[in-house]
Amino acid sequence: MSGKRFVGSNLEPAAANGLLDRRTLLQAASLSGASTLLADPAGAAGELLVEPWMRELGSPFTGYGQPSKFEAKVVRTFASAPGTTGTGSSRTPLHRLNGTITPNGLHFERHHSGIPEIDPDAHRLLIHGLVKRPLVFTMEALARYPLETRIAFIECGGNGGAFYQKDPAPLDLQALHGLVSCAEWTGVRLATILEEAGVDPQADWLLAEGADAASMSRSIPIAKAMDDAMIALYQNGERLRPSNGYPVRLLLPGYEGNMNVKWVRRLKVTRAPTMTKDETSKYTILLPTGKALRFVFPIEAKSVITAPSPGVGLQGAGLYEVSGLAWSGYGKIARVDVSADGGQSWAPAVLQEPVLAKALTRFRLAWRWNGGPAILQSRATDSSGYVQPTRAALIAERGTRTIYHFNGITSWAVGEHGEVRHVYA
Amino acid sequence: MSTPRHLIGAVLLLCLSGAALGEGPDLGRLATPEEITGWDISIGPDGAGLPTGSGTPQRGELVYAAKCLPCHGANGAGNPNDQLVGGIGSLTGDRPAVKTVGSFWPYSTTLFDYVRRAMPLNAPKSLTDDEVYAVAAYILELNGIIGKNDTMDAQTLPRVQMPNRDGFILFHRSK
Repeated sequence: MSGKRFVGSNLEPAAANGLLDRRTLLQAASLSGASTLLADPAGAAGELLVEPWMRELGSPFTGYGQPSKFEAKVVRTFASAPGTTGTGSSRTPLHRLNGTITPNGLHFERHHSGIPEIDPDAHRLLIHGLVKRPLVFTMEALARYPLETRIAFIECGGNGGAFYQKDPAPLDLQALHGLVSCAEWTGVRLATILEEAGVDPQADWLLAEGADAASMSRSIPIAKAMDDAMIALYQNGERLRPSNGYPVRLLLPGYEGNMNVKWVRRLKVTRAPTMTKDETSKYTILLPTGKALRFVFPIEAKSVITAPSPGVGLQGAGLYEVSGLAWSGYGKIARVDVSADGGQSWAPAVLQEPVLAKALTRFRLAWRWNGGPAILQSRATDSSGYVQPTRAALIAERGTRTIYHFNGITSWAVGEHGEVRHVYA
Repeated sequence: MSTPRHLIGAVLLLCLSGAALGEGPDLGRLATPEEITGWDISIGPDGAGLPTGSGTPQRGELVYAAKCLPCHGANGAGNPNDQLVGGIGSLTGDRPAVKTVGSFWPYSTTLFDYVRRAMPLNAPKSLTDDEVYAVAAYILELNGIIGKNDTMDAQTLPRVQMPNRDGFILFHRSK
């Protein structure tokens, strides 16, 4: 009614197999109004009951709120290295979330030796090496600095590693791409305290080291440290969770997750990279020639459709919203195109504001599913002009001997019953 | 007229804390050399930071059997956790690459740095520097990179030529 529903004149096709013009979405407040009626599990149609929770007093206050018990499926999945607990990774349930901000309890994790329980009063941050004045900071002192807030994604360099396999892994979005999350981070600009320490002009690198049992360490270009790096204290308004670096972590917007050192306690300014275990034996891209690319830091433009996706299927032909996430470590998302025919034709999606650099961006597009076969894909272009490649193009260039930095296009095949599965297309 | 003592003290304190150097609030305190020495455990590829001490493959075999074998297997063959030995020639071809200290790691210093800070997994930082040198020597010897009678210390370890030393290319973005 009153122009808030889909009407025939708005349902302009924008690409083959039912993708509609993006203005369709802008004019529609509700998709369900025009789509096929959904089955109502509550019972017979038209029977609106006065439920028990309206006949009794509700629950008391709690100090820290928790999700509804009906949302118990919205959890991270995780796997640990053999014989260990807390050494491995946990994945964000991207297919069960919306918007762009990851709740703190669902942010993905990668720990190399478990989660340390750090007393913030005992924790210190040391800056030393090629500086005029080596400095030690308490957490209380850091919190007194001028703080700044920014929204940034963090993605593990190994996210999407399964796409290098010969055959498509029969997995859902969480298992395939769940090592990316996005939060609002608040902290001290790293440049501020580095300038106070006085960085030697000949220094090109910075070793960052955590206070976990692994003393996880990575070398960071000093130019990045002086640009937009942050010593983060807060995550989505509250202090960092222990699993994300409490009381303090390094945030390097756009750089692979491993470099955003959690529980950071030491920053050593150096002339050259330290060549730590993770930047030599792990986070390098082995090419078919047997040589490996080193220091692949920013995440290239990438996108994936979150709905429909495996486990988030369709219920009968009709109108649906195709929705997903796009991000780039090199800047903002400039556009996202969606295909329903495996990349033969493309339609531009709507980008949900705010579109922020190095942050997850939500895209949406209306789609009329005719009940027939479809292969849904999304393709991101970032503000540097880079276009997300197909899996085939990425592999032609890079081979399949690595697990890192996969940013190729993901394909979801929709079956006749509305079920969705991961395919190569 | 003499300058009040408390004012001299205040001026002196400002100079010492270097408040004029930076634009920020300058709330850090100067770290002492002793504090830094206690914390600075990272080892550069040139060996900078290696401590005194030494170890041999024979001594390292004993340490390995007691501390490393349950996770990394006999002779560094792996299982249940990372394989440490072998894999030479596996970086190309159709079969999965076997990336070990011998086949992939470009710097011997990384072995010392990583073992000392992170291993064994259930008791990190529990090995003495001599034990770390010894275990590094044992793993290098198993890989055929050093001899049975070689001793690893702050001078010899950085000079070890790792087989895959030149196996890396600096990444440049292509559009």
